[in-house]
Amino acid sequence: MAIDPQPEALAAGGPDAAFPPAPEGVSGERGPWYLAYKRFIRNRLAVAFLILFFLIIVFVLAAPLWANNVAHTGPNQSHTLEKLHVNGEVHEVVTPEGRPIGPQWFGAGGKFFLGADSRLGRDEMVRLMYGGRTSLFIGVVSGLITTIAAVILGLLAGYYKGWVDAIIARTLDILWSLPVLLFGIALGVSLAVGGLKIGPLTIEGGSIWIPIFVISIFTVPYIARPIRGEVLALGEKEFVEAAIAQGAGSLRVMFGEILPNLASTIIVFFALNIANNMLFEAALSFLGAGVQPPNSSWGTMISIGEELLTTQPLLAIIPGVMILMTVLSLNIVGDGLRDALDPRSKVRLEARAGMVEREGASV
Amino acid sequence: MSEAPLLEVTDLVKHFPIKSGILIDREVDQVRAVDGISFSIPRGQTLGLVGESGSGKSTACRAVLQLIKPTSGSVRFEGQEIAGLSRRQMRPLRRQMQMIFQDPYASLNPRKRVGQIVGDPLKRQKVASGSDLRKRVQELLERVGLASEHYNRFPHEFSGGQRQRIGIARALALQPKLVIADEPVSALDVSIQAQIINLLDDLQDEFGLTYLFVAHDIGVVRHISDRIAVMHNGKIVEHGTADQVCEHPADDYTKQLLAAVPIPDPRESRERRQGAGAAG
Repeated sequence: MAIDPQPEALAAGGPDAAFPPAPEGVSGERGPWYLAYKRFIRNRLAVAFLILFFLIIVFVLAAPLWANNVAHTGPNQSHTLEKLHVNGEVHEVVTPEGRPIGPQWFGAGGKFFLGADSRLGRDEMVRLMYGGRTSLFIGVVSGLITTIAAVILGLLAGYYKGWVDAIIARTLDILWSLPVLLFGIALGVSLAVGGLKIGPLTIEGGSIWIPIFVISIFTVPYIARPIRGEVLALGEKEFVEAAIAQGAGSLRVMFGEILPNLASTIIVFFALNIANNMLFEAALSFLGAGVQPPNSSWGTMISIGEELLTTQPLLAIIPGVMILMTVLSLNIVGDGLRDALDPRSKVRLEARAGMVEREGASV
Repeated sequence: MSEAPLLEVTDLVKHFPIKSGILIDREVDQVRAVDGISFSIPRGQTLGLVGESGSGKSTACRAVLQLIKPTSGSVRFEGQEIAGLSRRQMRPLRRQMQMIFQDPYASLNPRKRVGQIVGDPLKRQKVASGSDLRKRVQELLERVGLASEHYNRFPHEFSGGQRQRIGIARALALQPKLVIADEPVSALDVSIQAQIINLLDDLQDEFGLTYLFVAHDIGVVRHISDRIAVMHNGKIVEHGTADQVCEHPADDYTKQLLAAVPIPDPRESRERRQGAGAAG
């Protein structure tokens, strides 16, 4: 213990460090979450990218502020026939040849900060902010739906085993073996045209709930499978038997005993799943099967900007960079969370605690 | 023994199927983990169940508590047949029979605080709640040799011996009549083993507990047991009072187990080895 190179073991309070008992207020904080938080904070890269992610969120949340106070336009408002006064010169927002105005930065008082888009002369900056809202909203909401569904399925399959597991696991296998993008496009296009009706729930054609729905379904196996595996392993632990021996019902065991032990896995997968879903959304939208016009998302903006890739490359590059930064930050934060919450590091800690006792610590 | 025993186990059998097959599993063989064992424990006494790893001791414990369904046989608790009862039917009976587990690291949920771990059985069986619950848990912690301040700690902050004490407090929370201890000291080092066994001994006197005490070390079991049953390959090969089994073992396997108990004095140890050789 004295020559322990890893400070978290000390923070954990190995048995000898923890006794004589510390004051009560202190002891309560030394839970697994506190240790994970300490480890995460030490990971500078992950913290930096977490800040970047928060900045991106602030950026998209500020969309109405920018639109109303700086750009004085809406995300879907066309400016095709308007003229713009910059430093005494007059520019057409979209030239008769169909070429939109480039980035003006603050030349026109913040109007057309990133220029106009190719078809309708809409303010690219405003669309970028509102599009980011859509992209992030789809990513986060489908991530939530996927994670909740996957956790429930994984718990049921891993806890009951037998035929319940067989049905759930095989269904997930089938879902996993489908060519996801192809299937997603087909489903996305057909639903975007016809809308969807499930019982009392009606989703109209152009709604962003269609891509959310499509993405959620296809990403469930990526989380449900590892959760199921973990539940299978946890179900063999003696603390589960102890709970049953006290008279706990199945639901109590699943949600009271096993679920808290899945929390770290769930958090990591949730973060990575949002990133994955945003890429999925971008791909669907780029191919016209995701967010429908006139609404913008980063995927649709790349799709529209791609038409003018040779003359106004920024129109496609900027939303691309936004996706890149968001997905990259989520991935790095997710990896950082995994390192901080890694169950194996917990095992290491426990093994060490056991060793200390064998050396003859107090009981 | 005019009074009916607290626990009476008759011809208890647990077989695990070995399955094989590509598409459809079919049973090709069985593991006879517990192969027809019978024993009974009078109220307030301790039965020591000894045997090597894989002899079916743990399976027997779980089959008695209905944590796994026995293949056949009868388990009577206070005269009531409990073998084959559903999980729901067992629930009210669980208050009366509790288990102490072998691995103090796997038997405590790492995401729960000690107060929750010990208090959950009380909450589940609706025995106590609120401040009463907290008070009772803290009393229990103190009774097993921990401090009441440990209420808010997590299991990883404790050593193996302390964790086993938490496990004992959890088992005692519901004031059971029968406690099944499945190798409660095997994972601990020797000095701590003695402390835990003495604690269990004291608690038995204090609460009038009946123990089924399982261990692979007959030396550990002898100290605490009134009677000892020796288990080998799923069967009980010898059964008698603790002194009888240890002093005059009838079965070869029991003799081997006794010979494996370490003796602090080398001379005595040598003598016994020669004696065992002459007898076998």
